[in-house]
Amino acid sequence: MNQILKTSNLNIGYKSKKETVTIAENLNLNLDSGKLITLIGANGIGKSTLLRTITGIQPALSGNVFLNEKEITSYNPLDLAQNLSVVLTEKLPPSNLSVFELVALGRQPYTNWIDALSQTDVEKVQEAMALTQIEHLAKKKHFEISDGQLQKVLIARALAQDTALIILDEPTTHLDLLHKVSLFKLLKKLTHETQKSILFSTHDIDLAIQLSDEMIIMTPEFVVQDQPCNLISKGSFDALFKDENIFFDAEKGKFIVT
Amino acid sequence: MADKKRNTILFVLLGLGLVFMFFSSISLGSVNIPFKEVYSSLTGSHASKSSWEYIIINYRLPKAITAVLVGVGLSISGLLMQTLFRNPLAGPYVLGLSSGASLGVAFVILGAGLLPSFLQTIALSSYGIVLASTLGSTLVLLLVLVVSQRLRDTMAILIVGLMFGSFTTAIVSVLTYFSTAEQLQKFTFWSMGSLGNLSWSTIGILAISVLIGLLLSAGSIKPLNALLLGENYAKSMGLNFKKARLIIIFATSILAGSITAFAGPIAFVGLAVPHIAKLTFQTSNHTVLFWSTLFFGAIIMLFCDIVSEMPGFEVTLPINAITSIIGAPVVIWLLVRKRNFK
Repeated sequence: MNQILKTSNLNIGYKSKKETVTIAENLNLNLDSGKLITLIGANGIGKSTLLRTITGIQPALSGNVFLNEKEITSYNPLDLAQNLSVVLTEKLPPSNLSVFELVALGRQPYTNWIDALSQTDVEKVQEAMALTQIEHLAKKKHFEISDGQLQKVLIARALAQDTALIILDEPTTHLDLLHKVSLFKLLKKLTHETQKSILFSTHDIDLAIQLSDEMIIMTPEFVVQDQPCNLISKGSFDALFKDENIFFDAEKGKFIVT
Repeated sequence: MADKKRNTILFVLLGLGLVFMFFSSISLGSVNIPFKEVYSSLTGSHASKSSWEYIIINYRLPKAITAVLVGVGLSISGLLMQTLFRNPLAGPYVLGLSSGASLGVAFVILGAGLLPSFLQTIALSSYGIVLASTLGSTLVLLLVLVVSQRLRDTMAILIVGLMFGSFTTAIVSVLTYFSTAEQLQKFTFWSMGSLGNLSWSTIGILAISVLIGLLLSAGSIKPLNALLLGENYAKSMGLNFKKARLIIIFATSILAGSITAFAGPIAFVGLAVPHIAKLTFQTSNHTVLFWSTLFFGAIIMLFCDIVSEMPGFEVTLPINAITSIIGAPVVIWLLVRKRNFK
């Protein structure tokens, strides 16, 4: 099993002139190739901060993030873009981009100064579109397709970037149950077929338990990474929401409203 | 692949259109000169009347070249701003760059009386005016940029541009109280815009400025494509955002600033032309958009110039009025066809 990303004694949080706010301490996480890993935690717990730190957007308070055994801060932007791609939650700015053009933008780290696509680039784009089954949308404008389709297009763009690790920030929000399931299955298929490592944050805990290879749970007390069944037997889910209205049923593997 | 074929055809048509417009602009004017005479003046053999030759070489040819430079420069600067600000309504005039340039020029023309006489001569030379105008537009662009970092809302940025516009107008009207009638007239003529008052040497300065701006813009094609997905995606695809933004801002300022200095504040070209290019080519790829905006900018500016000359009439209309009359309806039409702003 190949290790793609590893954190060692990582402390994450914000530093301003006045004070330092630590969000989580002593994180030792491993993202391996061929694994679908989900990140769960309550709202405001710091999932985005963690994702921002391990993608190198935000500096760590202390500790290290290693991507392919190299410290992430020592990458130049172009090298980093060839090793790590992201799918963000933010809305795309207005433009006339077609689905094909959008996916092709994933090839930017490899194209020349006028952004011309080589034969290899076109093949990679077509491959990414085939894997995500969006070939029929190629000529559509990106604003003409549904939310579920757009999410697939953004994933295809990340695939075209041809990186060992893909990180997605809450890709299943705004989707109905059917599309959530199909997106989870797609991500799972991609990790297994391409041997990439995929990490994504989500609030769909039931689906995550059923479909991910590993999970990272963030709670105010601890951050833990393990296989879903081990996490259940360890009782890690109990600490996720501290509320009398909801509890975790270990036998059913899901949260029940009291 | 079908797109590629269509694009080639469109570019050929645009090229022919440009050549046609360029020669029309030279052939048409208040003085009627037969086309054959125009041709012989341009090719160096003498026209049958020396006054005709003089008009062609020293008046119409420089004016046509200025129109091309102005059209190309303003349109490209509009294209850069629309992508950088993620705002389809951005352009050098709308965001207040032209106002900033006007303010700079107003200070120089109207405020020169307050300076000692040797400084007056320097300030009122064409170099002084270019410098004041470029400084003014750069200043406004930087201000807009600072504001846009705080306000993510695209409409707010436009309102800020509008505010700069009225602020400038107010300052200029204050300045008019302290200036002579002669200075006021000079400024008023400048602010109506003109393509025709440039000597060959000033065209040289303008051409160099526009060329620098265009080269920097061409170098920014890839960053601009990346920015279509927004700043964060662009960074994740390996873009050095700060450097790219600096180059784009500099290119925009030098284009809008130098053009406004020489030709006055010209409205709507920078806003409307990139949209015409985007609609015609149905793409967001800046490699295609750069060239198509370039051609459309030149063609449309030459057309406005021909209209302002009103062949057969004695008078020349201010170019700014023509671009507004043609440009404003185009922008409204674009707004109504909301699809393009999604």
